[in-house]
Amino acid sequence: MSVRIGIRGGIGESVRRVDGEPKVKGDFEYASDLSREGMLWGATLRSPHPHARIRSIDIQAAVSSPGVLAVLLAGDVPGKKTHGLDEADQPVLAWDVVRYAGEPVALVAAEDLELAREALKKIVVDYEVLPAVTDMEAALSPDAPRLHGKANNIIRSLRILHGNPDAKADVWVEGIYETGMQDQAPLGPEAGLAVPAADGGVDLYVATQWLHVDQDQIAPCLDLPREKVRLHLGGVGGAFGAREDLSMHIHACLLALRTKRPVKIVYGRQESFYGHVHRHPMRIWMRHGANRDGKLVNVQAYLLSDGGAYTSTSGPVIGNATSFAAGPYEVPNARLEGTAVFTNNLPCGAMRGFGAVQATFAYEAQMDELARALEMDPLELRSRNALHTGTVMPTGQLVSGAAPVRELIDRVAVLPVPPDEPAPDRDPMLLPGGAGHVGHGESLKRGIGFAVGYKNIGYSEGFDDSSQAWVRLSRDRDGPLARVKTAAVDVGQGLDTIVTQIVRTELGVERVALEQPDTRIGSAGSSSASRQTMMTGGAVQLACRAVREELDRQGGLERLNRPIEASRTYHHRVTGKLDENGQGDPHVTFAFAAARAVVEVDTELGLVRVVQLAVAQDVGRALNPQSVYGQIEGGSAQGLGLALMEEIELTDGKVRNASFTDYLIPTILDMPPVVSELIEEPEPGVPFGAKGVGEFSTVVVPAAVAAALRQATGRAIHRIPVKPDDLAGLRPALAYRKPPGS
Amino acid sequence: MRRKVSMTINGTQYEHEVEPRLLLVYHIRENAGLTGTHIGCDTSNCGACTVEIDGHSVKSCTVFAVQAEGAQITTIEGLAKGNELHPIQQAFWDEHGLQCGYCTPGMIMAAKQLLERNPNPSEREIRLGIEGNLCRCTGYHNIVKAIQTASKVMATGAGKEAKAPATVS
Repeated sequence: MSVRIGIRGGIGESVRRVDGEPKVKGDFEYASDLSREGMLWGATLRSPHPHARIRSIDIQAAVSSPGVLAVLLAGDVPGKKTHGLDEADQPVLAWDVVRYAGEPVALVAAEDLELAREALKKIVVDYEVLPAVTDMEAALSPDAPRLHGKANNIIRSLRILHGNPDAKADVWVEGIYETGMQDQAPLGPEAGLAVPAADGGVDLYVATQWLHVDQDQIAPCLDLPREKVRLHLGGVGGAFGAREDLSMHIHACLLALRTKRPVKIVYGRQESFYGHVHRHPMRIWMRHGANRDGKLVNVQAYLLSDGGAYTSTSGPVIGNATSFAAGPYEVPNARLEGTAVFTNNLPCGAMRGFGAVQATFAYEAQMDELARALEMDPLELRSRNALHTGTVMPTGQLVSGAAPVRELIDRVAVLPVPPDEPAPDRDPMLLPGGAGHVGHGESLKRGIGFAVGYKNIGYSEGFDDSSQAWVRLSRDRDGPLARVKTAAVDVGQGLDTIVTQIVRTELGVERVALEQPDTRIGSAGSSSASRQTMMTGGAVQLACRAVREELDRQGGLERLNRPIEASRTYHHRVTGKLDENGQGDPHVTFAFAAARAVVEVDTELGLVRVVQLAVAQDVGRALNPQSVYGQIEGGSAQGLGLALMEEIELTDGKVRNASFTDYLIPTILDMPPVVSELIEEPEPGVPFGAKGVGEFSTVVVPAAVAAALRQATGRAIHRIPVKPDDLAGLRPALAYRKPPGS
Repeated sequence: MRRKVSMTINGTQYEHEVEPRLLLVYHIRENAGLTGTHIGCDTSNCGACTVEIDGHSVKSCTVFAVQAEGAQITTIEGLAKGNELHPIQQAFWDEHGLQCGYCTPGMIMAAKQLLERNPNPSEREIRLGIEGNLCRCTGYHNIVKAIQTASKVMATGAGKEAKAPATVS
C-alpha cells in the first residue's frame, strides 16, 4: 500500500490538463484538421422552408458540375432512411416532406469545398410549401398541421401528482415564464472524416460525445453490420450537448462509400446553427401556495417545450424539467405537468442543464415573488423550505445522498460583494453598454439576486447505463507504465486528466498513457449529464483494482515483470420509470448549486452590466479542484449568455441570426469575475464520492441574473434572454392566464 | 486566375499559386498545412484564427492570402522553441486557461501582442486587449489569470529558466 501514498498527480490535486501541451502548441488535432491523401469534401443542401412537400429534385446540372464525384439523395441511402437518439424519425435526407428550415435534402462530394458548394447551387428542388406550425401552443391545437401524421403533435406528456394536489394555502403567487432557444455554440464546428475500408466498411473519425450511439444509428442506415462501421474520436472543440445527435456522420460515410475515397465534412458557423439540436424554448405556468409562516404547501406547474421538427431527446428533457419543477424544496403537495410538442422549428435536444435550466428560471422567480408576498427575506424563505437528505420529492423518490442546500445558500450569501463605484468617476467602458453608452450613469441601479437549483447526475428513468475501461500495467526501461483505454470522450471538460489521476491513485504509478477512444472497446456512454467522472471514472477504478489485486499477488510493483491487464464495466444503481402519476425512482443522484448575481442596470436604456457572479456548488469531492472551478466558471458564462443575450431568433420557422455577428455569446467584457465555493460532502455509493460538476452553474446562473435584474429595476422579468425593452419598461410583462387544456 | 504568393511562416518560406479570393486562414491551414490556426466563425467575430503578420496580431480570416505577399507570419506553431514553451503557452497550461482548446491558439497570439504593447497590464487592460477573441468553455476567468502570470514571468525573464510546475501533468 505504501506506493499509493505520495504519488504525484493523483486525485484531489489540481493537476494540469494532460492535453494541455498539444493544445497550447497548436498541435492538437481537431476533427476539422483531419486530412487524407485523395480526400474529397462533402457539402449539404438544406431546405429553405420550415414545412414543404418535395415534388421533384433535379440533380443533372450538379452531377456534371466541375470536380463533382457524387450527388446523393434519399434514394441513395442503402439501408434505413431515418435516425434519431430516442426515436428514429429524422430522415438522413428528406425524400417526401421537409419539416424544418435547414433540413438536409441532398449531398455533394467534390475535389474541394468550393466546388462542392458550387454544385449545391445547381440542384433544383421543386417544393410545395405547406402550412407550418411554429408556436408551441399552436402545435397543441386540433387544427394544427400534424408533423408526423399522428393523432397530435405531442412528443411526450407526463404528470407528477404528489400529496393532495388540491391542497389549499394561505398565500398564492402565479406567473408565466418563457425561455428562448439557446445554441451550444462550441467554438469547434461539426466535423468528421469518413474513410472507406477494404472490407466494404467505413472508418469515421468524428468529433462527438458518444461514439457507440453514433455507431448504432449509422450502421443500419448504411446497411452495414456494426463491426464494419468503426468510429474513432476526432479532436473535439467543445460540445455542451450539440454533439449528442448525429450531424454529418451518415452523410460523410455515404459519400465515402459511394466515391470510394475519403470524404471530409466540416460545417461553417452558419451551417452549424442548422446542423445540431438546441436548448428547448419553454413556456412555463406556475402557481405556488404557502402558509403565512413561509412553508410551501402546494406547487402547480405546467411546462410546455418546443421540440422542433424531430424527437431527439425531447422526452427526457421535458421529463427532467417536470420532475425538477418544484425546485430543491420540501413540497408536500404538487401537480407538475409537462408536454413536449413537435413544431416546424429547428429540432431541440440536449444542452448543458438538460431541462433543469428552464425550470429553475421559473421556480426561482416564483420563490422571489412569494417572498415579496409574504414580506420575507428571499434567502430565508429558501432556507426554510430547503430540501435535505431524507426529503421525499414530488416523484416519491427519497433523497438519500448529500443535499447541502441550506449550506449552499449560507455560503453563497456571505461571499464578498464588490464595492459600488460611483458612476461619474468611472471609465465609461465600465457602464452598462460600454463605449456605446450615451448616458453617464444617471439612471444606474444596482441589483443583487440569488437562485438555488439542482439537477440529476447520469441518465434517468430506468436507462441501463454503463461504461467499460481497459487497463494494462507493464514495465519498460523508464519504469512502470499504465495504459488505459475507454470510449469516453474528453470534449474539453477534462475527463482524460481525471482518468489519469484515478489511475495514479489506484495503481501508484505516475506514468499513464491514454489510448484514443474508438468503438473497438465497449461503450462509455455519452459525455453528458455530468456523468463521466462517475461512470468512466468508476470503470477505470474497477479495472485498476483488478490489476492491483493481481499485482499484489505477484508481489507488488517492484516485482512487476509480465504485463497485467483487466477490463471492467461500471453500472450505476438501477433507476425506475415513472408511473402514470409520475411516481417512481427516476434519478441516480443529484447535485445542487446556489448562485448570486450582482448587476447594474441603466434603467432608461435597458442596458446591463454583470458586476460579479458567485456560485456555491455541491461537488461531493473535487477530484481536480482547478478543473472543477473551471467548469463552474465556464458554465456560469453560458448561463449569463442565456439570461442576457443568447437566443436563436426565428420568424415563421426561419432562423434570422445564424452567425456570431447576430447570435451573441458572452465576450470577455460581458463576463465578470466568478467567485466560487465548493462544498465537499462525499456522495455515498459513487466512486470517490465525487459528483459530476459540469452543468450546475448553468442551471442556477440565469435565474440569479434575472433575480438581480428584478431587484435593480423593480420590474417583473418573465422571459430570458432579457431584452432592453423589458428593463426599460417598454414591453409589458406576461400576464397570467390559464395553461392550455385546463 | 491564380496568382503566385510567397510568404514566410514561422521562418519557412512558402510559395503557392492561389485564387486571389483565398483567405489567408485557408492558405495557412490547407496550403502550408499549419492547422493550429483555427476557424470558428467565418465572420471575423471569434478570433480563433489570430496570427501575427509583420509584428501585428491579425485575424487571418480578414486578410486575403495575396495581401500577405512577402509578409513575415508567425502562427501558434512558431511560438515554442523546441520543447520549451513560450511563457504565454506555459501560463495557459499552468493556469487552466483552456478547456476544449479550440480558441487557445488565437487567444495566445492575441495575448502576445497585448503583452508586447503593455508588458504589465491591469486586469481591465487584459480584458480590453483580447475582447476580440471568444472562448465558449472557460468563462475567461483563467484566461485573464494566465495572461497575468505570463506577464510576471516575462517581466522577470523567468520564462527562460525551466520553471518547475506546481504539479505533474
